[in-house]
Amino acid sequence: MLKDKDRIFQNLYNDLGSDIVSAQKRGDWVDTKEIINKGRDWIINEVKDSQLRGRGGAGFPTGLKWSFAPKEVGSRPHYLVINADESEPGTCKDRDILRFEPHKLIEGCLIASYAVQAHVCYIYIRGEYFVDGQKLRAAIDEAYEKKLIGKNASGTGWDLDIYIHYGAGAYICGEETALLESIEGNKGQPRLKPPFPALVGLYGCPTIINNVETIAVVPTILRRGGKWFASLGREKNTGTKIFCISGNVNSPCNVEEEMNIPLKELIEVHAGGVVGGWDNLQAVIPGGSSMPLIPKEKCETLTMDFDSLVAEKSGLGTAGVVVINKDQDIIKCMARIARFYKHESCGQCTPCREGSGWMWRMLERMAKGEASKDEIEMLGDVTKQIEGHTICAFGEGSSWPVQGLLRHFKDEIKKRNKFDPIVKENKNIPYLVDQHLLDKNA
Amino acid sequence: MSLKRPSKEQPESFEFNSSSLDAANKIIAKYPKGKQQSAVMALLYIAQRQNNNWIPLAAMKYIAKILDMPYIKVYEVATFYSMYNLSPVGKYFVQVCTTTPCMIRGANKLVEACKEKISENESELSPDKSCSWMEVECLGACVNAPMMQINDENYEDLNKEKTLEILDMILKGDTPKAGSYRGRVNNEPENNRKTLMEFKNA
Repeated sequence: MLKDKDRIFQNLYNDLGSDIVSAQKRGDWVDTKEIINKGRDWIINEVKDSQLRGRGGAGFPTGLKWSFAPKEVGSRPHYLVINADESEPGTCKDRDILRFEPHKLIEGCLIASYAVQAHVCYIYIRGEYFVDGQKLRAAIDEAYEKKLIGKNASGTGWDLDIYIHYGAGAYICGEETALLESIEGNKGQPRLKPPFPALVGLYGCPTIINNVETIAVVPTILRRGGKWFASLGREKNTGTKIFCISGNVNSPCNVEEEMNIPLKELIEVHAGGVVGGWDNLQAVIPGGSSMPLIPKEKCETLTMDFDSLVAEKSGLGTAGVVVINKDQDIIKCMARIARFYKHESCGQCTPCREGSGWMWRMLERMAKGEASKDEIEMLGDVTKQIEGHTICAFGEGSSWPVQGLLRHFKDEIKKRNKFDPIVKENKNIPYLVDQHLLDKNA
Repeated sequence: MSLKRPSKEQPESFEFNSSSLDAANKIIAKYPKGKQQSAVMALLYIAQRQNNNWIPLAAMKYIAKILDMPYIKVYEVATFYSMYNLSPVGKYFVQVCTTTPCMIRGANKLVEACKEKISENESELSPDKSCSWMEVECLGACVNAPMMQINDENYEDLNKEKTLEILDMILKGDTPKAGSYRGRVNNEPENNRKTLMEFKNA
């Protein structure tokens, strides 16, 4: 288990208080000026050395992303945008940072803004986190009052203003370009890339977008050194990560742990084990709802980091671990996830808008055993038609969980859905073209 | 995609009161000159708060005028985002999360409780017109499942009995205490904490 002194978020459970005095006691804002005085290149190199990868789901190297910002500020100002639109089912880590460690985030904003030469930082918080956003608001006010941000922030000569922008319940706004559209006052529909936001982003200006957790760990990395962060976890999957363990476990919780921790340890030690014992485990969704599930056999040895999960055809995503035990109907669980995606599709690309609804309706019927056996293959085909044919990664996000279900629980679906449409039976299948040929009373 | 329709009964006109107008001007100042359209989401929230938690079409027209943008763009934004209520809801607006992590911990019991206490169908006012409820997608408190949100506050770690108690309170006009209803502190593992022990009870 990770040593307590190596935990970045010492106040994850709010034992110590989130106000500025307690935060300074924990080491926030202590030598911000010295860090910034070491210069832009030093900061970016140190973040590169730490091999920090973005914590929002895609796992893009943060140092590299920062280095994409233009070196000289031209006629257009630079912006830093923090993505706190945490809506992935199974994930609730950013909420705890916003309410209990806001000063880590604000200090990170200052350092990152300096590194990418931004004078304005917007924090996009999902509308449902209004109360948590108010706590961040209070922390920002404290920081302004102590002159830690604002004009000549922390005495560094760098000006920084931080503003909060609330979302209004659209999952898709967690996608970075949709988030920018939303800040600009439009519908949150993703933009085509390229151009990437680092060059053409908010209001057409160079914009760096990072997740809350990514930015909040940066000050600690710079204080303790990139080498320290890189010594945790394993090569290219370094550092610590907040895992959210929810679902059928005895003590669901958020916990900060080292990358590459065995999944079994996470569940058994921190979350108090699966309800009904380890043998009652059915499957685990390892990284928020858009990552394919992993069946019990593989959970025994699985380690939690970006690359080892990709090797299992899943992904770490946001590290929202949803544990599903054998008391649950796995098809129903996935049908509910499909309904989530159907509800949240922004409607811009046809494959996603129509396909997400198809997948949901098919899975609902499969859960009830009303689907024909051919439909199982057809469902797989629909997921392939969506994946890779959309502007943003929502297409993948909605089809991967269904593909995961088909990969590991096909037998379960087949057992329940034996119905053969060729045989004339009194079933109402609305999509069958030759429905009228079937003898209603046969 | 989710579909939203504005209410059939609409007030004739809408205007910000002075405190709303102050708040709106402060928000517009957060964005660069000429980019006042960015404030549209926040202004819709202000309108919603002023107008008993829902946004009439007149408010959209009013906001469009303030921000100097086409009315249809405000309408687009108001219908796209799910947190803008386009028809009247109760003074206590109950949102029950039923996405998978909550579902497998028994969110359907919370829905049952709402059906018993408030109204048979979602988005329908209770008999005394003070409450309404609806099922929503993930509210981002998955380790505290099942949970619901009443207005801005989260009510976590619920079961059917606790939900019925909470609903009884709001139907009487009281505001119940927010947070966990199993007595746990924030997101720590209940009775099983193994990390940061030196700070616990510090």
